[in-house]
Amino acid sequence: MDAFTQHIGTAAPLRRSNVDTDQIIPAVYLKRVTRTGFEDGLFAAWRNDPEFVLNKPEYDGVSVLVAGPDFGTGSSREHAVWALMDFGFRVVVSARFGDIFRGNSGKAGLLAALVTEDVVEQLWATVEKDPGTKVTVDLEAKTISAGELSAPFEIDDYTRYRLLNGLDDVGITLSHEADISTYEATRPAFKPATLPAKA
Amino acid sequence: MGRTLSEKVWDAHVVRHADGEPDLLYIDLHLVHEVTSPQAFDGLRLAGRPVRRPDLTIATEDHNVPTLDVDKPIADLVSRTQVDTLRKNAKEFGIRIHTLGDPDQGVVHVIGPQLGLTQPGMTVVCGDSHTSTHGAFGAIAFGIGTSEVEHVLATQTLMQARPKTMAVTVDGVLPDGVSAKDLVLALIAQVGTGGGQGYIVEYRGEAIRALSMEARMTICNMSIEWGAKAGMIAPDETTYSYLKDKPHAPQGVDWEAAVEYWNSLATDDDASFDREISLRAEDIAPFVTWGTNPGQGVPLSANVPSPDDFDDENEKVAATRALEYMGLTAGTPLREVRVDTVFLGSCTNGRIEDLRAAAGVLAGRKVADGTRMLVVPGSGRVLLQAESEGLDKIFKDAGAEWRGAGCSMCLGMNPDTLAPGERSASTSNRNFEGRQGKGGRTHLVSPLVAAATAVLGTLAAPTDLQPLDVPVPENV
Ligand code: SF4
Repeated sequence: MDAFTQHIGTAAPLRRSNVDTDQIIPAVYLKRVTRTGFEDGLFAAWRNDPEFVLNKPEYDGVSVLVAGPDFGTGSSREHAVWALMDFGFRVVVSARFGDIFRGNSGKAGLLAALVTEDVVEQLWATVEKDPGTKVTVDLEAKTISAGELSAPFEIDDYTRYRLLNGLDDVGITLSHEADISTYEATRPAFKPATLPAKA
Repeated sequence: MGRTLSEKVWDAHVVRHADGEPDLLYIDLHLVHEVTSPQAFDGLRLAGRPVRRPDLTIATEDHNVPTLDVDKPIADLVSRTQVDTLRKNAKEFGIRIHTLGDPDQGVVHVIGPQLGLTQPGMTVVCGDSHTSTHGAFGAIAFGIGTSEVEHVLATQTLMQARPKTMAVTVDGVLPDGVSAKDLVLALIAQVGTGGGQGYIVEYRGEAIRALSMEARMTICNMSIEWGAKAGMIAPDETTYSYLKDKPHAPQGVDWEAAVEYWNSLATDDDASFDREISLRAEDIAPFVTWGTNPGQGVPLSANVPSPDDFDDENEKVAATRALEYMGLTAGTPLREVRVDTVFLGSCTNGRIEDLRAAAGVLAGRKVADGTRMLVVPGSGRVLLQAESEGLDKIFKDAGAEWRGAGCSMCLGMNPDTLAPGERSASTSNRNFEGRQGKGGRTHLVSPLVAAATAVLGTLAAPTDLQPLDVPVPENV
């Protein structure tokens, strides 16, 4: 995973709440067995609508998405994060995220920045007035700024640390292999195993 | 001070704790399916890592498999590739897999319990948000993304921040004809889709204790629909008698040791929860959703609400959009809403008791003209059990389609989808825009409401049906 310290880009306002992961990428687009190429499914149901924000030429090339509350609820599909990243997003801003989505974002390198609803409103107003406004997201300082606005965002310390350093979770965990083996030795005998199979 | 059920199970799985870091939790059971695993296996291959505990891992194919012609190669090539990829990965990494046609193939959350692999006091994960289902046994069970699937395959652990605790207490007795599904839909309508965020929820109280194991699974299944990390129910005699003769249940002295441990898991009297909610079972009636998230629900006897009924600005906007998408007019009685398709199935309501409940309504009756009904058992074993009880015949005689096992129209990844504008009454768990097919309109309901709706062709409860001239056969 690439390290993430600061990102500067333009932003799209997504004035919707409760955008669940089925809307971010519908199930029919989940059949690929690769890790890339999901951008075609991003917001698939809305992409035919010329009025949809990502279809407007003034929002071409955006890399920050500013969404209403409860973004990324529902299904655990990490494809939702991949689709956003494949499309070019590096940051999603919302006042509330689905838990699994937020976790997945941290793993895949998409920054899910939690702000107050008020900040979302201000960002919307700013980038609607001038879609070319540069939005700066500073993970070191945990701030997001655009035009006049500068506001803090929240992210859990551990995810921040991993993103800043571009660390791979599996690698970190395997450095605690001895702890895992010690724990395994204490597991009770009655815990079930899938093998050998019984029917 | 005492501890809650979830705290006890959590503590028993901490491999490593360090201040300021998430806990490293041991995972007792990892369920794998075709959609969220291919990239995880690729990750292992790239890094040259094995699966640490194939003996704690099990795979099945469910999300995109067809429910017709299951003995033939899958017609959709992309779906076939995904299913074949899982089969190849299972073989390469030594993982047990149940493929199409096998009695233990089916929705992954039906398989764990039916094999007795889901037990109290465990940690269970799967790359699927409805993993919360397994919490019905008193396990901590939650959905994970593909990066985490890879993490569990490689290490049998997960890094997790400790969630807060919540109790949902349901006292009293559920009225006749009101099921676990109605209860959980009513709860979500009350607390909203984000109400459980950051919490592991324990469902407790008289009405919960009175539920069968399968009904408990229905409740815990929907925990994610109000944002909870997981849902749990303390194990008791109902749990033990369900588990006792399942293939992977502990045997002999192991069983005794296990029960003794399981009995110690219940929340201590002096434990406290970070948040508590209570509901009266008597207040709950058959429930349906009218909108495009599971919190947009009302009793079946109500009318379609108006955006003006909501104070919160976001909810108002969401209601306006939902009514438009759903093609509904505020003020219309829900009982007058015509339904094109009834879907009975999914990890929420695709188990044998659900099929029995629906068959009990359909016996001697017909699916309405202009309405189709799909019955999709949760697993091969549920299908065989239903056939041995003659339920398939009841469904077919009524004019419903009897299908093979899988997720099917719950998420419309296989050919079982709604056409644009088509309206369903569905026993599944998500009424999101496009969930069951692009432009499809979903009303979430219980199996009883689904069956009655199939008969009338409009949203209905069994009490809305004409009594039958001939009595229903004994076995349903
Ligand atoms: S039945 Fe539906 S909710 Fe359950 S695992 Fe399958 S797709 Fe997910």
